[in-house]
Amino acid sequence: MNTYATRTRNSRPEPFAVRVGIAERLGLAHMDWPLTIAAVALIAFSVFVLGEATQNDIPGDPHYYLDRQAIYAGLGIVGMLLATRIDYSRFRELRVGIYTFLCASVSLVFVFGFAARGSRRAFELPLFSFQPSELGKLLLVLALAGFVIDGARRGSAVQRTVRYLCLGLAPAGLVFLQPDLGTSLVYVVATLAVMYFGGVPWTHFAVIGGALVALVAIVLVVAPAAGVPLLKGYQKERLTSFLSPHEHEGGAGYQQNQSKIATGSGQFTGRGDKATQTRLDFVPERHTDFIFAVIGERYGFMGAAFVLSLYALLFWRALRITTLSKNAYGTLVAGGIAVALLFQTFVNVGMNLGIMPITGIPLPLMSYGGSSVLATFLAIGVLQSINVQAHLSQRGRFAW
Amino acid sequence: MFARNDHMPKGSRLSLRVAVVGGVGMVLFAVLFFRLWNLQIISGDKYLAEAKNNRTHEFKVIAPRGDILDRNGEVLVDNRTSLALQLNPQKLPGDAAEERAELTRLGGLAHMSLRQVRRTIEEGEEVAAGAPVTLRRDVGFDLVAYVEENQDEFPGVAVQRVFVRHYPDGSRAAHILGSVGEIDEEELKEPQYKALEPGDEIGQAGAEYTYDKFLRGDPGLTRIQVNALGQPTPGGQLVSIPPTPGDSLKLTIDGDVQTAGEAGLAARGLPGAFITMNIDNGQILAMGSNPTFDPSDLIEPSQAQVNELYRDPVLAPLVNRATEGAYPTGSTFKIITALAALENGVITPDKVVQDNGRIKVGDQPFENAGGVAHGPVELRRALQVSSDVYFYLLGLDMWETNDLQEWAHKLGIGRPAGLDLPEEGETLLPSKAWHEQFVKEGRALEDRPWSAGDNIQLATGQGDLQTNPLQMALAYAALGNGGTIPTPHVGLEVEDAAGRVLKEFEFKPQRHIHIDPGSRTAILEGLHAAAQEGEGTAVSVFGGFPIDIAGKTGTAERPGHGNQSWFAALSPYPNPRIVTIATVEEGGYGVESAAPIVLDILEAIYNKKASAVSSGGGAE
Repeated sequence: MNTYATRTRNSRPEPFAVRVGIAERLGLAHMDWPLTIAAVALIAFSVFVLGEATQNDIPGDPHYYLDRQAIYAGLGIVGMLLATRIDYSRFRELRVGIYTFLCASVSLVFVFGFAARGSRRAFELPLFSFQPSELGKLLLVLALAGFVIDGARRGSAVQRTVRYLCLGLAPAGLVFLQPDLGTSLVYVVATLAVMYFGGVPWTHFAVIGGALVALVAIVLVVAPAAGVPLLKGYQKERLTSFLSPHEHEGGAGYQQNQSKIATGSGQFTGRGDKATQTRLDFVPERHTDFIFAVIGERYGFMGAAFVLSLYALLFWRALRITTLSKNAYGTLVAGGIAVALLFQTFVNVGMNLGIMPITGIPLPLMSYGGSSVLATFLAIGVLQSINVQAHLSQRGRFAW
Repeated sequence: MFARNDHMPKGSRLSLRVAVVGGVGMVLFAVLFFRLWNLQIISGDKYLAEAKNNRTHEFKVIAPRGDILDRNGEVLVDNRTSLALQLNPQKLPGDAAEERAELTRLGGLAHMSLRQVRRTIEEGEEVAAGAPVTLRRDVGFDLVAYVEENQDEFPGVAVQRVFVRHYPDGSRAAHILGSVGEIDEEELKEPQYKALEPGDEIGQAGAEYTYDKFLRGDPGLTRIQVNALGQPTPGGQLVSIPPTPGDSLKLTIDGDVQTAGEAGLAARGLPGAFITMNIDNGQILAMGSNPTFDPSDLIEPSQAQVNELYRDPVLAPLVNRATEGAYPTGSTFKIITALAALENGVITPDKVVQDNGRIKVGDQPFENAGGVAHGPVELRRALQVSSDVYFYLLGLDMWETNDLQEWAHKLGIGRPAGLDLPEEGETLLPSKAWHEQFVKEGRALEDRPWSAGDNIQLATGQGDLQTNPLQMALAYAALGNGGTIPTPHVGLEVEDAAGRVLKEFEFKPQRHIHIDPGSRTAILEGLHAAAQEGEGTAVSVFGGFPIDIAGKTGTAERPGHGNQSWFAALSPYPNPRIVTIATVEEGGYGVESAAPIVLDILEAIYNKKASAVSSGGGAE
């Protein structure tokens, strides 16, 4: 012990020019630890819950989801660490390439993707199916933030706003056509968030908000009345049935009802292995969209509130990073990621609790799925990178 | 615009924007926490109950219905097991084309078209979702074997044993036994069927209806844990309660007497009815109506085939004419007229009346049957030879009072008899009050006041009188036992499967009427003479019967019909214990059709054959 104690930086001059600790080497020294802990705790809980709740889902393979989610978690954490070490500012220069890749990948799904439940969202890869729109959330934020910074001086304020909107809504539209309503909404929200942190005037948001209300009215009410249904029947039902779940008990309201029953039946301490709602198939998609109901039923208010607290922590730390960033680009990226995470969390948990429509948005770091887990960890890695760069720039050091 | 390339936008505007987003985030998380608290802590109990309800599936195990026995323990109704072709719709193949193919194959087996199969499934699902649907009953063993050998082709198909009502003697006692059928929506709302569910069988008529709660039994229950598709989960049997079979019902009916009565009635080949009852306790020993029906014809699904015949409004085989008929009674009513007159001091038994074969009241002539003059008659002889004139005069004497109606009413005419079966028809005892109301409502053919003629008609069981054998049985019973109106019934006791008596039904007498013993004796003497002495109207039938009886013939003129034949008997004379009534529509004189039926019944009761009759009796 003594020998190590004497090797500290302050007690002795460094033998080499720069002596960097292992934490520093991995870029861990200036990571935001609460953010890391929240993310890792969430994915660990996810693996644990999947292991408990999906033992009988795949006959003969009780650990199917457990094993895969554990692998995704491992890959995701590695991805996060790698992203932490990259100076995110490079993405700004690559914005056109990123944006092109984003649009191409979500378009290629139409050609090469495989259809699951009537929508083409993913490529079938040897190990898992890759859903480009998940990674696309991050790519959109990275590219759009670059465009916003770059175009800050070009054109009038209105022209800029329109340009950003078009850039954001193009990939959102492609995803909507897959069709994947939930993810396209995340794109829209991320776009608005980047614009918001990029300083688009409040008045523009007021106009956009008004236009959104009008759009919803047209899609849900006016167009069907005029005989031009824009949403597929199931999409509309899912969006509106949460308003009156009992009317839709057998159809779209079924999932929501069952999910509410599941969560409610967990009471304070949860039902553990006596859980029936989420163990006996009453709640569909329990390993993906409705995993929060599983937590609610098995671990009760204690478990669910704990998980919610982790998300609150995650959001707080992400938002905090927007204020630390060494440059505006970092602020915009961090803001986009933070709001996208908040939106996904709120919509998914709200859907599980019966106060938001069913939109098929996964719960970040909790729902089973490689694309979502990887993309979320990469996004958190970018946040970490912003944090690290902020610290390094304050110290006047150059990150490698 | 504060976003400048590579400049830290740390102005207050950014802080504001971050703060707004942070505030929104806090609100959203607060909403989620609040909602979570609401669901899990405030409403947790409710959702837990819903979850528990969700995961279990209860299968009802039908209880066999109790047997119905006659008073000697002879089986009148029991159950047979039938093989039913059942389909569990939830186990059908998910693929539409495969499902269609299977249903088509099934239809071939059950002799049903694809459409019929689908409709049957839909109907079954509406009644009890998740329960197997019966496609056909009484399938053969060859079909069972075929389905079992080709189980791959018929997923979800099973052949199940079910219980079906079985009537060993076909139509015997059909009107008493009644029928069973599936409970309908209206019945489900009734309090006595509170515990039942759609698809359950209940008694729909007769003793099956009245004593349903004893016969029905309690269904068993198998509760299993199921997943969302309703499939049992491994090791998920939670509860298994075997069904409790229904108890047996023993009736007061004597199977032999019933058979004799039905045979006697059927031999006439005409619509009619009979009833024979213990006058002391009201136990009905036999009761029948012709034409009759086979209750097994009423069991689904064969009902449709027989509806046409059974709904014939004239023959009306489902109607129990013994309790639902509505007929004038002819001279069998005379005991009531006699009792009213004696008890009200209108006559004495020995008062002699000159019978010239006819009387005239105002412009209206009233004649004896065939215009025969019986000469001087007192009560005994008036009953023996059935002098109409004697009773016309009594009717005339009582027309301004309500005495005749009061006595008829006391004796049970025109009022509910209190039978323990649901089938009791409307009857009518004409009176001045009724007549005036009838005219006031404009329903009478002619607008005229209640007349002496109306009362004269009633005195001989004619005119507007509408009654049935059951009510007449009560009136004769009261005469026979000295004034007690018993409660007529067919339910004797409830037994368990081992024959132990669980409950004896007690039917207390409905009321007591004071009848002077002298009046009773005089009337019974007259009836005995009518049945078995000299010129008695029924001597040709009962003259050779070894048991002494008191009996009265009746021949009722029924508008639009031929004469209705009646006979009422109290036996044994002079201390009767049993009343026996028979009536035959368009059967002619009482002695022609109804009396022989009563004789058949009495022979069965007393096990004695009538010897050849030497003396011929007169017509009434």
